[in-house]
Order: sequence, then C-alpha cells, then structure tokens
Amino acid sequence: MLQRNPHYMLQIAFFAFIILTLIGALTVLITRNVLYSAYALLLTLLGVAALFVFAGADFLAVSQIIIYVGGVLVLVLFGVMLTSKPTTSDTSTVVASERPNAILAGSRGLWLGVLLAGGLFFGLSRLLLNAHFVLFDQPISNAPTTIDTIGKQLMTEYIVPFEIISILLLVALVGAGYLAKKSIKL
Amino acid sequence: MNPSLSYTLLFVAAALFSIGLAVVITKRHAVVVLMGIELMLNAVNLNLVAFSQYDPNRLQGQIFSLFVMIVAAAEAAVALALIIQVYRHFKTVVLDDLTNLKQ
Repeated sequence: MLQRNPHYMLQIAFFAFIILTLIGALTVLITRNVLYSAYALLLTLLGVAALFVFAGADFLAVSQIIIYVGGVLVLVLFGVMLTSKPTTSDTSTVVASERPNAILAGSRGLWLGVLLAGGLFFGLSRLLLNAHFVLFDQPISNAPTTIDTIGKQLMTEYIVPFEIISILLLVALVGAGYLAKKSIKL
Repeated sequence: MNPSLSYTLLFVAAALFSIGLAVVITKRHAVVVLMGIELMLNAVNLNLVAFSQYDPNRLQGQIFSLFVMIVAAAEAAVALALIIQVYRHFKTVVLDDLTNLKQ
C-alpha cells in the first residue's frame, strides 16, 4: 500500500536529509576536535542545501553549496590549520590551558549553554505547535525553477541592495586582506 | 511540498538554531564559535526559504536569504583574518585565555 504512494520515497529522502543535518550539527556541538567539527559542519551545510531543494529553492541550494561549502568552509579549514597549536614543548611560554597537566577549574558555562539552548528550543517548539501560519494556506507554485523570478527581482525591486552588497563584498575583501597582513600595527 | 512538511522544516530550523546557540556558548575555540554562528545563520535561512515557497511571485524570503548568505561569507572572511591576527599576537585562539588587552 505504502509502496505505491509516489511521495513515499520523497518523504524518506526528506527525513533522511533532516537526520543528516541534525547529526552534523550535534557532532559540531559534541566533538572536542576542531577539525572533526569542521567536517561535521560540511555535513550540515550539505543537508541544509538538500532541504532547500525540497522547499523549492533550487538556485539557493546551488548558492549554498558554492558559497558555504566552497568558500566559508574552506576558509574555516584554513583558519583551523593556521591556528593549530605550536609543536614546541617549552611549557613556560605556552598558555595555561594548553599545558599538559594543567587543571582547569571554574565553570565553562556548559550547563548554562545547554539549558539556554534547550529552553529556547522548547519555547520555539511550543510556539510552532500552537501557531497557524496563514501563508501556508496559499497554493504552492508549480514553476519548474525559481531562477528567472530571482533574476527579475534582483534587477528590479532589489537593485539597490544588490549594488550595496557588492560594495560590502569589496570592502570585506580589502579589509580581510589588510587585517591578515603580517606587520599590522594593532 | 505540503504544509505539514513546511512545519517540519520550521522545527528543524528551530533545532539548528538552538544547537548553534549552544555551540556559541559552550565552545572555547574561536573558530568553533564562528561555526556556531554559521549554524544559526543557516537555521534562519531555512526558515525564510520554508515560508518563501508560498510566495512564488516575489520570492522575498529567498532573496533575503541570498543576502544573508553573502553577508555571512563576508563576515567569515573578516572574522578569520581577525582570528589569525589574534593567534599571531597571543599564540592561542582559546577564548578563555585571551584576557589581556596588551601583552
């Protein structure tokens, strides 16, 4: 009975991508290795791109893969590798928490963080369970792609933000290049 | 996609946002805190896209989340440049150890 439903496989794929996304995010939270969390973030970003496809946003899914996976994640990996711990065993210059036998006392804010995040999720879930969004009663479009609408909107209604964001990207490029210079006066 | 799956997307976005908030609060490595911020931005994008499906003529949500993505990319570039400078200065990027204004 269920096998003949054409949406059956689609729903299985949908929930599989949801599980992939959440497992990736939880791995970022749980693991202590910075490199592992970078790769788990890759898993999450790919899962979110797949969920964009399910929500009918094909252009955004491709942009997500190009910008996040191709740009931001590579930057993060570079950041992890450039700031790895020094291999010298000279313990006098190393900061306290990187010394092998240093005992770190004091709260890390672990329970506070988990409690705050759990409370936030509980509150949002209560809100979503009680909410009824009027927009969800509207009919869904059956356009094959969203690219032409996005292109028209970017060139007509959102032309000013589009130009401003290009200046922002230029400023960020120059600023990041200047900040990462070797001999900067801080 | 029927509305019940859209509600599911909203729950996933809420979970992603909460996990990102927990990462930002509990982690001590600056790069991992940046990853938490990226997770939260992704959750917001997911919300916007879930609603934008029902607005096919203007697609305001998708265009807004496109702008969010671009700003997130610029933010990540500047933040990593700052983190590399901090590492050169303090020889660590663990946030709890960055207690001096001048060293």
